[in-house]
Amino acid sequence: MQTKRTVFPNKALPYFLLLPQLAVTGIFFLWPAWQAIWFSFLREDAFGFKSTFVWLENYARLFNSASYINSISITFTFAFAVAFLSMAVALLFAVNVNSMIRSRNAYTTLLVWPYAVAPAVAGILWWFLFNPSIGILPYLLSMAEIRWNHRTSQADAMTLVVIAASWKQISYNFLFFLAGLQAIPNSLIEAAAIDGAGPFKRFRTIVFPLLSPTTFFLLVVNVVYAMFDTFGIIHATTEGGPAGGTNIMVYKVYADGVIGLNLGSSSAQSVVLMCVVIFLTVIQFRYIERRVQY
Amino acid sequence: MATVELKDVKKTYAGGVEAVKGVSIDIPDGQMCVLVGPSGCGKSTLLRMVAGLETITAGDVLIDNNVVNRLGPAERDIAMVFQNYALYPHMKVYDNMAYGLRNRGMPRPEIDQRVREAAATLGLAELLERKPRELSGGQRQRVAMGRAIVRSPKAFLFDEPLSNLDAKLRGQMRIEIKAIQRRFGVTSIYVTHDQVEAMTLADILVVMNAGLAEQIGTPLSIYERPATTFVAGFIGSPSMNLMKAVAQGAKGLQLADGGSVVKPRDTELPQGGREVLLGVRPEHFTLVKDGKNADLELSVTAVETLGADTLAHGRPSGSNGSGGEIIARLPGASRIDEGDVLPLAIDPGLAHLFDAASGQRI
Ligand SMILES: Nc1ncnc2c1ncn2[C@@H]1O[C@H](COP(=O)(O)OP(=O)(O)OP(=O)(O)O)[C@@H](O)[C@H]1O
Ligand SMILES: [Mg+2]
Repeated sequence: MQTKRTVFPNKALPYFLLLPQLAVTGIFFLWPAWQAIWFSFLREDAFGFKSTFVWLENYARLFNSASYINSISITFTFAFAVAFLSMAVALLFAVNVNSMIRSRNAYTTLLVWPYAVAPAVAGILWWFLFNPSIGILPYLLSMAEIRWNHRTSQADAMTLVVIAASWKQISYNFLFFLAGLQAIPNSLIEAAAIDGAGPFKRFRTIVFPLLSPTTFFLLVVNVVYAMFDTFGIIHATTEGGPAGGTNIMVYKVYADGVIGLNLGSSSAQSVVLMCVVIFLTVIQFRYIERRVQY
Repeated sequence: MATVELKDVKKTYAGGVEAVKGVSIDIPDGQMCVLVGPSGCGKSTLLRMVAGLETITAGDVLIDNNVVNRLGPAERDIAMVFQNYALYPHMKVYDNMAYGLRNRGMPRPEIDQRVREAAATLGLAELLERKPRELSGGQRQRVAMGRAIVRSPKAFLFDEPLSNLDAKLRGQMRIEIKAIQRRFGVTSIYVTHDQVEAMTLADILVVMNAGLAEQIGTPLSIYERPATTFVAGFIGSPSMNLMKAVAQGAKGLQLADGGSVVKPRDTELPQGGREVLLGVRPEHFTLVKDGKNADLELSVTAVETLGADTLAHGRPSGSNGSGGEIIARLPGASRIDEGDVLPLAIDPGLAHLFDAASGQRI
């Protein structure tokens, strides 16, 4: 493919044109990242008057603290629960919508709507629905003799944030699964039907394996989403509680740094998260760009 | 192995498209039936109704004298080879071939034996551990055949299986398909729009047009006595010349475009005044030395030299050109130039006459 190449006569001009983007990247990404790294090596005294350079002590304390280890394990539970729930539901929708002929577009449009809702708004929505005193869902659950209170039960709280976080993501996953399903040639399904495979067997042995590149891509995307983009949802619903039961790593950075004003530890946590992001990005590029081979 | 019978089968798609408007075909056990026709005439639709991939709007499909209209594709016990092969891309060749057998709960050793036998027959023994994407087009085609053979189905269905191959490979695979079909004696339906495939593969040839079977018969009988102008034009390459003419009783046929009167030999002439189409295949013109024996004089407008043959394009001398072009296939040795006027004789008994209005053979 040929692209048109522009040759700048003036060597400085291209840099000048790049300047706004570079400035944004520098001020809003590189500078804070650098600050986080720098602060993670410092300890401030209780009054914020002076800071001392403490090498890796913040990190050592972090990984020795039960609440941080707890936060890591909660983050994993949360991320994989969100990825699993949102992908499973999205796949179910996609398979059903894909088998429709006339109403396919209408359903697709409807199913994409939740994606347009801001995370905090989605959080509030579910907060209302699940509110132990005024929410409709606890009321319905109480009829089935199930007592719901996400303010006291960690399991209830986790369920709430998982549902709220997954709900939005279903739309996104749905679109990708639908596209993945439509990319599978119909003749493959027909060949399998002639080969004596019923609908479930066809799904298990043909459709699902052929969707694996999409599934893997979505798994990474959803884990990243659950780990980093769900701050608003947690903030609007459980605020990390009860007793740290939904205090995922991103929320803990905020809770420790902004509320607890422990800048050293909070910065060290940010740096840990940065490493996780870099790791996930590498996975994404290494494997997804090359596509999962079947 | 089984007989396949179609009784006045019709298909109307949900949108109201009448893809097949009533086709009846009888295929005896072990024979190969080829459906040929222009794009969109309903060949694939008909095949897919036999396969059970498309519901049947009206009529019956019988396999081994049992109506199978309501059976799913698996229960009909047929195998199908698709145009794009439809190999399972994530499975090895071996598993592609074994898939249908496993689904039917066949014991492992028997599956293994069948797959290896079929692979040996098709020259795939070395390739069993490969994935489809690691195979050439011809090899994929063979795997698709293998997947059909291992099942020993009642019938093979082919939907343009060779159209993705290059010309040379297509010729080779055509012969192989015929050999395999003969060896296993499996009743087959083969869809194509390639005339050569149609003529060489068919025991029974069905020429379809606009959802109907225009003519059913052996390839030769269709070539020799096309029932309609459509069939006449479709089978044979280059296609049959069709000239408008008006019957002049015993004198012969007056070409409509102002050309001469033609009187084909050994041909029963229709009664005077009737408007007809005179059909002559390009290969049934002979160049004569003596203008007296000529039925027609051709003023040549273009010459295609193919080596073995020479195709002379032109129009009857004296015509006003409204009758269209005529092509004559002459021996390669004849030296012909544009502007020549060729005295041509129509081979005795090889002229075809059709009613101008209905297109039916007279
Ligand atoms: N699923 C469908 N829904 C509606 N109309 C269809 C459908 N499939 C085919 N048709 C129509 O039915 C007619 C016959 O189609 P079919 O595929 O049988 O043609 P064909 O003879 O196989 O053509 P080709 O040589 O191009 O494969 C066409 O007019 C086509 O547009
Ligand atoms: Mg077709």
